[in-house]
Amino acid sequence: MIKTTQWVAICLVLCLSVGTAFSQGEPVAPSNVTAVDTPNDDGSSITIKWDAAAEDTGISGYQILRRIADGELEPIGDLLPAGTTAYVDSAIEGGTAYTYVVRAVSETDATVDSEQTPAVEGTGEWFHTGKTAIFIVMLLFSAAIVWNIYDARSGKDIFVRRIPGLEAVDEAIGRATEMGRSILYVLGLGGVSGAATIAGMTILGQVARRTADYETALRVPCNDPIVLNVVREMVKTAYLDEGRPDAYNEDNIFFLTESQFAYAAGVDGMIIREKPAAIFLQGTFYAESLILAETGNSVGAIQIAGTTSESQLPFFIAACDYTLIGEELFAATAYLSKDPMFLGSIRGQDWGKLLIFAALILGVLLELSGINWITTLLQRVS
Amino acid sequence: MEVFGIWIAAFLTLCIYSFLYRDNPFYRFAEHLFVGMTVGYGIARSIHQGFIPLAWTPLWAAIIGESPAGYFKLIPICIGLLFFARLSSRHSWLVSYPIAILIGFGSGAMIPNAFQAYIFEQTRGTIEPFGSIHAGTLSGWEIFEAVLMIVGVVCTLTYFFFSAEHRGPVKWISKVGIAFLMIGFGSAFGNTVMGRVALLIQRVDFLINDWIGSISALF
Repeated sequence: MIKTTQWVAICLVLCLSVGTAFSQGEPVAPSNVTAVDTPNDDGSSITIKWDAAAEDTGISGYQILRRIADGELEPIGDLLPAGTTAYVDSAIEGGTAYTYVVRAVSETDATVDSEQTPAVEGTGEWFHTGKTAIFIVMLLFSAAIVWNIYDARSGKDIFVRRIPGLEAVDEAIGRATEMGRSILYVLGLGGVSGAATIAGMTILGQVARRTADYETALRVPCNDPIVLNVVREMVKTAYLDEGRPDAYNEDNIFFLTESQFAYAAGVDGMIIREKPAAIFLQGTFYAESLILAETGNSVGAIQIAGTTSESQLPFFIAACDYTLIGEELFAATAYLSKDPMFLGSIRGQDWGKLLIFAALILGVLLELSGINWITTLLQRVS
Repeated sequence: MEVFGIWIAAFLTLCIYSFLYRDNPFYRFAEHLFVGMTVGYGIARSIHQGFIPLAWTPLWAAIIGESPAGYFKLIPICIGLLFFARLSSRHSWLVSYPIAILIGFGSGAMIPNAFQAYIFEQTRGTIEPFGSIHAGTLSGWEIFEAVLMIVGVVCTLTYFFFSAEHRGPVKWISKVGIAFLMIGFGSAFGNTVMGRVALLIQRVDFLINDWIGSISALF
């Protein structure tokens, strides 16, 4: 026979156990849940945010649920860790409205859902407000270049310092002409929109003018079909400008392959068999740089290289006669052509470098004084 | 079948390495095979990953009325088709248009990113440690590194000034800049050579273990 006091004790223990289990197993519903179109994107995502849960609420994670129109709520993505307060749904379609629910999951797998958010659609923005600072700097930079181009066109003499590798261009072409051998021009593996490839193609235009004059064969194996078209157009124009359309041979500019090492193998084979007297390696290069430069060196060709790929420059410096380092490649066209547009552009870029100088020195002085608004600004735009 | 593949790979590896001796028919065979196969593979990949999903499928969906938005694809398709104008000497000038669009689009997409990564980010990285110097959280060596970094950046940047003559102090500052560049290149050279040696070891490992191993497995 159980006494009344024992009954009371049992009831108390049971109530406490159930209460404890309930407080541990039943998480608190996520509060202040919002779903908004992600700002500054192309309309391909929606950002869901909610308030961080207080500690000791027994939440082990969050599951996001999504509803399209009047459809069912469906879980998306994996279970998010307990401390998460935001989720970006990137699997949405334009023109479709979505509603979201954030489900809190406890350690005992008990769940509780938040309120459903209002329906939201993903829309693309035309202007990325986070990039305003870059836009302003680019405007200033462009203004400096345009100003200097007008200055150069008005007849003002713009100085460009001596670049040793470029002074050897005439020597290399002259040597090939005297030896009766071809010139090989390799643009590397970059696409048509790569800055180094564009610079390499512009230098090629200048080289083509000279080969047109000297009637020296200019061979250009291309890695990209679009680069091939641009190169053919540029070389053809150079030959026309020099009044030698008859000397232009389209077959000397050809597509080899898009594959990196097959391209290297093919160009190596050409170098060994044709033994060009001069080799220009100008553009974007990767691991094939040393293979090409060493093979060119082995046949005794005069080699002028130029690239912006920092990891390949050491190989060119070691294996080639002359190397254009980084931005020298971009300055090359102005140096070779003396065209006011390129000369003005070079001086405009130098003005940009002066601005960087000023930012560096001012930034260092301010940081040393404990003022960090320049780094904060740079961090915001980075 | 796997052994057959190993033998082909080993044969072609040796054919390519035979170039180290001199140009020879084996190298020429491997070279032409390699170039031909990659061109064929490239064409097939362009059709399956480019033409079909990006041009044909959306256009066909528009034609059969499934998704009229697919008709917008006609704009890039027509621009791309202009490349074929080269085949006609009378209309070859039309090629300039897709080229101009591609270069313009490429530059427009690339320049803001280059500004962000190469100018803003690197400028911040160079000046930020000086804030820590002010806060007194850097060791003596870290302060030396921060100062060395700013000296290196200023001197190297001076070397890349093209519209000013390098004489007097500018000449000496740019010479220090070149020294910084060469030290950097030396370090990069060593790192990359180590990587290339690792590739060679991988290939030799394939020849010794997989290929010669497959021979010994036969007996």
